[in-house]
Amino acid sequence: MDNSNKQVVSSNFVGRGEPQVWATGTALSIILLIAVVLILVVALNGLGYFWPSNLAQFNLADGSSVIGEIHGEEVAKRSGTDRVQLKIGNRDLYGLDFRWFDRSDIEETSFPENAIALERIEYGNFYGFLKHTDAPGVELDQDDTRDAFELAWKDIKDQQETLAAMDGEIRHINYELKRARSKRHKREYAEGITTRTENPQSPDEIDAKARLDAVASEKDETVARLAVNVAVFTDAAGTEKEIRLMDIERVTRPNAMSISEKVFHYLDKLVELFLGEPRESNTEGGLFPAIFGTVMLVFLMSLFSFPFGIIAGVYLREYAKQGILVRTVRIAVNNLAGVPSIVYGIFGLGFFIYGIGGAIDRVFFTEQLPTPTFGSGGILWASLTLGLLTVPVVIVATEEALGTIPQGIREGSLSLGATKFQTLVRVLLPMASPGILTGFILAMARAAGEVAPLMITGVVKLAPSLPIDGQFPYIHAERKFMHLGFHIYDVGFQSPNVEAAKPMVFVTALLLVLLVLVMSSVAIFMRNRMKKRFSVSDF
Amino acid sequence: MLSMTQFAKEESDDFAAIGQNPPDDSHLATSASAPPREGYATGNDAQRPVIRASNVDFFYGNAQALFDVSMDVPRNRVVALIGPSGCGKSTFLRCLNRMTDLIDGVRVNGSIQLDGEEINRPDLDVIELRRRVGMIFQRYNPFPKSIFENVVYGLRISGVRDRRALEEACERSLRGAALWDEVKDRLKESAFELSGGQQQRLCIARATAVNPEVVLMDEPCSALDPRSTARIEKLIGELRNKYTIVIVTHNMQQASRVSDFTGFLYEGRLVEFGVTQTLFTKPIEKETEDYITGRFG
Ligand SMILES: Nc1ncnc2c1ncn2[C@@H]1O[C@H](COP(=O)(O)OP(=O)(O)OP(=O)(O)O)[C@@H](O)[C@H]1O
Ligand SMILES: [Mg+2]
Repeated sequence: MDNSNKQVVSSNFVGRGEPQVWATGTALSIILLIAVVLILVVALNGLGYFWPSNLAQFNLADGSSVIGEIHGEEVAKRSGTDRVQLKIGNRDLYGLDFRWFDRSDIEETSFPENAIALERIEYGNFYGFLKHTDAPGVELDQDDTRDAFELAWKDIKDQQETLAAMDGEIRHINYELKRARSKRHKREYAEGITTRTENPQSPDEIDAKARLDAVASEKDETVARLAVNVAVFTDAAGTEKEIRLMDIERVTRPNAMSISEKVFHYLDKLVELFLGEPRESNTEGGLFPAIFGTVMLVFLMSLFSFPFGIIAGVYLREYAKQGILVRTVRIAVNNLAGVPSIVYGIFGLGFFIYGIGGAIDRVFFTEQLPTPTFGSGGILWASLTLGLLTVPVVIVATEEALGTIPQGIREGSLSLGATKFQTLVRVLLPMASPGILTGFILAMARAAGEVAPLMITGVVKLAPSLPIDGQFPYIHAERKFMHLGFHIYDVGFQSPNVEAAKPMVFVTALLLVLLVLVMSSVAIFMRNRMKKRFSVSDF
Repeated sequence: MLSMTQFAKEESDDFAAIGQNPPDDSHLATSASAPPREGYATGNDAQRPVIRASNVDFFYGNAQALFDVSMDVPRNRVVALIGPSGCGKSTFLRCLNRMTDLIDGVRVNGSIQLDGEEINRPDLDVIELRRRVGMIFQRYNPFPKSIFENVVYGLRISGVRDRRALEEACERSLRGAALWDEVKDRLKESAFELSGGQQQRLCIARATAVNPEVVLMDEPCSALDPRSTARIEKLIGELRNKYTIVIVTHNMQQASRVSDFTGFLYEGRLVEFGVTQTLFTKPIEKETEDYITGRFG
């Protein structure tokens, strides 16, 4: 009895399909593990970047000393010695940011309290010590060098805000000027005028020019006034370095900071990441333009791809006569989803930019030719290209979702005197919406991650202005834009200072993943709500 | 297998059980419970059949499913269609409100008239036709909406906006479908939370909410348990006061219980059509007899 029971159990292990369950379970776990590890690697590398690590001073065997952030450690393969990588900064002094030191060469390691880390607008970080402040533009009644520096620096930073305001004004006037000028060119073009006297500048234009000059010279003055305020620092070796106060973005003394101060600094850096502009060929500063560009791109893409995808899917499933033609179209659509994205990019360049954009320029922007307006890459064309790329996904999802609705539901609605369209809008589309939303999620995720087609349809490493701003007509769909995916490529592989750019690559990748995650989560949340409302019951 | 006498006995019992008298023809002449509809022939409307099908041939592509079917459906009567599987019952039923339009490549010859009006005219308003000829399906098919929205769906799509009117119509048709007491406190809940039998009655309420003249039922009870079936049969007995009903069924007891007239279809032909009692007790055709006594099919 016992024996036979055992036999039954063992044969059942295979018989019940246990190995299959285990195999599928293992496959799933492996995939999940890979995804989690990927996100962890990106997150750990990216998020650690903003933490103000302590400044270590090495006194070396040859009598010199350096100061910087300890970045990495390794055992050299050949010699077997321990090596420490130090981020020494001070690019303007040393020419390189990172250096390896053999442990055996380091005689003493210390963490001096008064070591200072400066984040500068140019040349990366500076690590060293404050010597004195020379700020004739600021009234200093402080004797203490440290307090005097802090005071002077804050004061200069406050004054610098007016510079930003002036920049905004300059941009604004420039825009006015451009419009006035193109109006004049239009007139010239229309009436065949060639000389300045026959077509004088309008009062508006002259006025704008005068204002522009005034603001520009005021700005120059301010810059000159601020630039004389400097502070003198020394590096670990004692070399003096004079730095303009206005070039200093952040001042920290990491070795003297408490944990809470560090956390605060960290959050401050995060805010800059989300809201700030990039600096130093994108390796420092914020990512706001790239985030904005990515979101807007996906949004515009959705505007094109979702309605067209749904309409096409509905037509194929509900209206078209199911025959060879429809079947061919269906296969073609499915295949479109597999075309390499660069092909779409080339199509976008040829059709949208040169074709449609060129035609628009010839008709509406004649006066600006040969400078292209719509005839060169821009966010509109890029999102149209991406729309084209993702529309098959939406079509297929719509078709599948409609296909799973029982025929009885359609008949029920039609038998009550509903038209096909009423049935579609009131019953079928709501019921199909969870499936269609799944298509949206896939389409959005794909669009957010695509880089190749963007590179030839309008993405740039640094866009002078956002595609949406306060200048009429507010949305500038023809403008070039920045994008997180391209940012990764650009910072990671096109930057002159690869080692310094590495953290930014991780941060950008993390942000892109998060962005996709947030957008899909919203869609998934909506889908689950609709699923509850619209799922068909079983018997 | 039932003998014919048993059948006859059961039939009269059941009529008594559901509180319905077997049809008498004097009722036919005086029946005016359904008010004449605007725009359609009035007068001696009551005597004229609601639906008159003459010499209907129906083709799915090249396959012919109906051969020369002629049938009159009298007003406020229940007509049952019986016959073996695949004989064309559903096809004929769907011809009556042109649900056959949904299938590509079908063709129909002959004439089907609703209140004297040809429904196969190409310029006929199919929407209007379907509003006048409602349909209940074998597989109950409520929409994924609330109970209330299900019932008023037909009114909403015909443009009724007034909340009060919708609520009244909802209550009236739910009462008419004997469902009101069970659902009156949960009108906002999803229709899927009802039992199968309740869902089918909801579909009946939905179909009657637009106040049709004819209600077509294609095996309305075949997915239901005996109790729900009994309820629906009782309901059909009540509905016949207001509507004309054509019901397809495989259950011959059911046909004899609920219908006034029965048609027997066989291989696409209407073999026999007549008063239910007569057809089940004294069938004229040999095929009918064989079928109802269970000798085949
Ligand atoms: N959509 C269709 N296309 C082609 N042929 C069809 C179609 N629907 C039905 N038929 C054919 O028409 C004939 C009649 O079918 P119908 O559905 O009317 O039978 P039925 O009497 O309702 O059968 P059942 O009792 O099984 O429901 C059958 O031979 C069937 O194969
Ligand atoms: Mg049928």
